[in-house]
Amino acid sequence: MTGEAARFSFLSLLRHGTGKTWERQWRDAQPKASYDVVIVGAGGHGLATAYYLAKEYGVRDIAVLDKGWLGGGNTGRNTTIIRSNYLQPESAALYEHALKLWENLSRDLNYNVMYSARGVLMLAHNHHDVQVFKRHVHANRLQGIDNEWLTPAAAKAFCPPLDIGSGARYPVLGAALQRRGGVARHDAVAWGYARAASAMGVDIIQNCAVTGIVRDAAGVAIGVETTRGPIGAGRIGVVAAGHTSVLMAMAGVRMPLESFPLQALVSEPVKPVMPCVVMSNAVHAYISQSDKGELVIGAGTDSYTSYSQAGGLHIACETLEAICEMFPQFRRLRMLRNWGGIVDTTPDRSPIIGLTPVPGLFVNCGWGTGGFKATPGSGQVFAATIARGEPHPIAAPFSLDRFATGRLIDEAAAAAVAH
Amino acid sequence: MLLIPCPWCGQRPENEFRYGGQAGIVRPADPAAVSDADWGAYLYLRDNPKGRHVERWRHVHGCGRFFNCVRDTVTDRIAATHKPGEAAP
Repeated sequence: MTGEAARFSFLSLLRHGTGKTWERQWRDAQPKASYDVVIVGAGGHGLATAYYLAKEYGVRDIAVLDKGWLGGGNTGRNTTIIRSNYLQPESAALYEHALKLWENLSRDLNYNVMYSARGVLMLAHNHHDVQVFKRHVHANRLQGIDNEWLTPAAAKAFCPPLDIGSGARYPVLGAALQRRGGVARHDAVAWGYARAASAMGVDIIQNCAVTGIVRDAAGVAIGVETTRGPIGAGRIGVVAAGHTSVLMAMAGVRMPLESFPLQALVSEPVKPVMPCVVMSNAVHAYISQSDKGELVIGAGTDSYTSYSQAGGLHIACETLEAICEMFPQFRRLRMLRNWGGIVDTTPDRSPIIGLTPVPGLFVNCGWGTGGFKATPGSGQVFAATIARGEPHPIAAPFSLDRFATGRLIDEAAAAAVAH
Repeated sequence: MLLIPCPWCGQRPENEFRYGGQAGIVRPADPAAVSDADWGAYLYLRDNPKGRHVERWRHVHGCGRFFNCVRDTVTDRIAATHKPGEAAP
């Protein structure tokens, strides 16, 4: 497949609409003996890393390995929320970098990722919320990031299903609104990056689990052992979300990570009823509506570490109880599916992007409960970090060694629930 | 929801308990004497295995006591719980 032949355009859609079958959007590659760069993990972040390495740094000899299928982990399990209204300057810079890439991503990839800036509304239910969110609004405006304070009436006007009545179980005292925030189609993000990377020569190798990281006598990482044989690598980038600790242990590196199941669920599809994304950190619920009509609802993590990809029923129930109080009209909706993904959380709730104690081995992890929104920015700064062998300026504060220096980026209090 | 055998109270539902993280992490006796890396490791580095995990729980809505638990992080099956100071089975 060449990049040009596969370009989507009005004419190509017309031609395919008249009977011509669609070709595969990316090659199902077989592993070679070695690559300049091996990326472990074919989720959004890993595929984006490969795409920007190929596009911006001319590295074409790349393999992206996945133990399962492309986009089958957290990329296909999240609630697709995009925003950049973080408190700390380092985080705001990182997530705003990603948001700017989202705004042009469909054109850049020639693939419709369905980015929809429908607004993210974060509800304040008590005086502490009001103070924290107003601080966010002011901090964001100083950082050049849009975020505004809405009165309860203005929040109701922006999101009509919301109950702001005086008898509401969770009174709404106001809300912070980021209008450029919104959602995107999570699968399309993985597919779009895969297609564009594959067209530039990147090998995407599915059903290929990494079972070991090979190091030479000097300790330099020089390749991986996989279920499909050994693969040599000039540089290795681990982008494995909840399984990062397991992979890094293969190179003898302990990580400041704990993996937890995080749940989401969707309702039966209904006609358009939710015009925006609503998040409520205090009662732990967030909700939006997909273009298929399903209400997409995010719940919390289990309290204990686990790789079960399920999560306790009581966790989902707590969120549904809150949703039913805030949006009384949704009480009779039935839930269609719920599922879990394994998220890797750091002590300061900020990601880790950069070099590791093992030469040749790079890591991009710790996105916790909110990595989807960062996908393009994460991929771009990690690609730069791998290509140059030193952290991209936006990634530099998110180094692994901050857990020894104490220079943490504390977003835990800033975004108590949903990052 | 897990059913957790408290060593003192017997089987109780998970929401009576609070998770306490990896067991057996010892605070350095003289914090001023350890390196930044070692202190950071004590504070932040955790095993996070896919499989057998030795962890602490506290029966906050019961007897209030801490205990240790051996659990498989893939199946969430609890192999054993035991009182502090007793050896893990």
